[in-house]
Amino acid sequence: MTVTELDTVEAETATEPRRVNKKELRTARGLLLPAVIFLILLTQVPFVVTIVYSLLRWNLLYPNDRGFTGLSNYASALTSGDLWPSVLATVLITAFSVILSVALGMIFAILLDRPFRGRAIARTLMITPFLVMPAAASLIWKYSMFDTNIGILNWLSRTLGLPVVSWSTEHPMLSVVIVLTWQFTPFMMLILLAGLQGQDKGILEAAQVDGAGTWRTFTWITLPHLRMYVEIGVLLGSVIILQVFDPIAILTKGTGGTKTLAYLLYERAFIGLDVGQAAAYGVVTVILTIIVATVALRTLFKVFMAGGSR
Amino acid sequence: MNRSLRGSLVTALTWVLVLAFFFPVFWMILNGFKPESVASSVNPKLFFSPSTEGYQLAMDRGMKGYLLNSVTAAVTATIIAVVLAIPAAYALSIRRVKNVENALSFFISTRFMPLAAVVLPLFMILKTLGLLDNIYMLAVVYGAVNLPVAVWMMRSFFLEVPFEIIEACRVDGAGLGREIFRVALPLVLPGVASAALITFIFSWNEYFLATLLTSSAARTTPPFLGSFVDGRGQFLAVLSAAATIAALPVIVAGWVAQKQLVRGLSMGAIK
Repeated sequence: MTVTELDTVEAETATEPRRVNKKELRTARGLLLPAVIFLILLTQVPFVVTIVYSLLRWNLLYPNDRGFTGLSNYASALTSGDLWPSVLATVLITAFSVILSVALGMIFAILLDRPFRGRAIARTLMITPFLVMPAAASLIWKYSMFDTNIGILNWLSRTLGLPVVSWSTEHPMLSVVIVLTWQFTPFMMLILLAGLQGQDKGILEAAQVDGAGTWRTFTWITLPHLRMYVEIGVLLGSVIILQVFDPIAILTKGTGGTKTLAYLLYERAFIGLDVGQAAAYGVVTVILTIIVATVALRTLFKVFMAGGSR
Repeated sequence: MNRSLRGSLVTALTWVLVLAFFFPVFWMILNGFKPESVASSVNPKLFFSPSTEGYQLAMDRGMKGYLLNSVTAAVTATIIAVVLAIPAAYALSIRRVKNVENALSFFISTRFMPLAAVVLPLFMILKTLGLLDNIYMLAVVYGAVNLPVAVWMMRSFFLEVPFEIIEACRVDGAGLGREIFRVALPLVLPGVASAALITFIFSWNEYFLATLLTSSAARTTPPFLGSFVDGRGQFLAVLSAAATIAALPVIVAGWVAQKQLVRGLSMGAIK
């Protein structure tokens, strides 16, 4: 009986992580392990294998000529002239799309935070672009918006007497950025809107009473408050867009400086059948993502630990 | 300028911007109901006699099979992610393991790992095992990709369960299963919904892995849509109809669960 009593006492103090007993910890570990093992098998192990692949000379066209080749896949990645344009394309597309969608998302969040009739409907319409399947979004933009004959943008140009533009071939980067911005503006808007709604109304009223104008209230009180939300939006958005593949495959097929790392890897592995080389690009993608995600992690942790500790 | 006039102007501006933003979706839905010759006309038409020709053609291309595969992949992935995430999140919030922070960063770093880092070995392993083009394998991969988000999010919900309730349940001598599934879980059902929604949306919309890990029998809707790129002749009506069907489930789910959406997207950070 004493053991049972001891257990009860320990369980009551389970809020203090340091004083939890062994049995309790074992149970907790048992709950956690399935998820951890599943993830290790499906993501960590494949990643290690990717690193191994990247050190191999391995082209599926020459299955017998397979062997260890050291860092030569990385060396040829650096010298072949494919890698840097691809890194540049990935970074530029991500940066432009994230910055534009945060800016537009901010405008929409402010407009849709005001009370007006039909606001719920306006918000619902506004989040839709984010929900549209990315492959569908890219196709719709490619054919019904950008197309030289049947695209709405060129119908507008013709109506206004402006020259017709073949968007996805003449301005491939801009086209990709437009589609991504269209899809991610609602994402940013949702996050910023949550920020605006979380504002202390009392402080805003006090500022009004003190005679601060709308603009000063916004720049001095609202913007600093929104900073955390902007950070979350930027970081989550960046990590997703760094992997961008769909609009590239559908709009440009990597032409005109839009060959992102994900698309380059796809081309190398599944068209060029060069597994070793493609794996090296995969590893480079991870390094690039780590650089961005380290910043992301630090911020997210700050946010979570501030709000969620028991 | 007087206040209410300025208010109306801002409201009008809001509507103009929102409708402009929504226009491509509206145009997609509209084009899906046009006869092909009208949809592909150089001068866009707002009024026309509606037709289901586009939908018929999309179904003739075997869209039903792709949709069924998408449903299988998305639902299976959602079940996998939620079933594994609930106990894991529980161990990171209520029945705590040591080093909660380490476990949390393990999950999050997995979430941030690009698919490009894992796709080649997955492809090779599945190829060796003869499991390429298998819809359940795709679902398992989707489950893994979404599990970290589900864990983080479920944790943020479990943290809100008042500890007194768990304590009372333990004093009553309830077992672990009862404690989780009968006591804690009913209190965090919105969290389950949130995790399920995000996993479903991602799996339904996913294109990269679907293109590489499936080819015919297990092909899902996004790569099917992607195949329109190589199309010849006029195909805007059938494309718009197919895109509308493909996008509809997620659009409706997102509309219904707007609140869960924000929390899910931010992995529980924003409540």
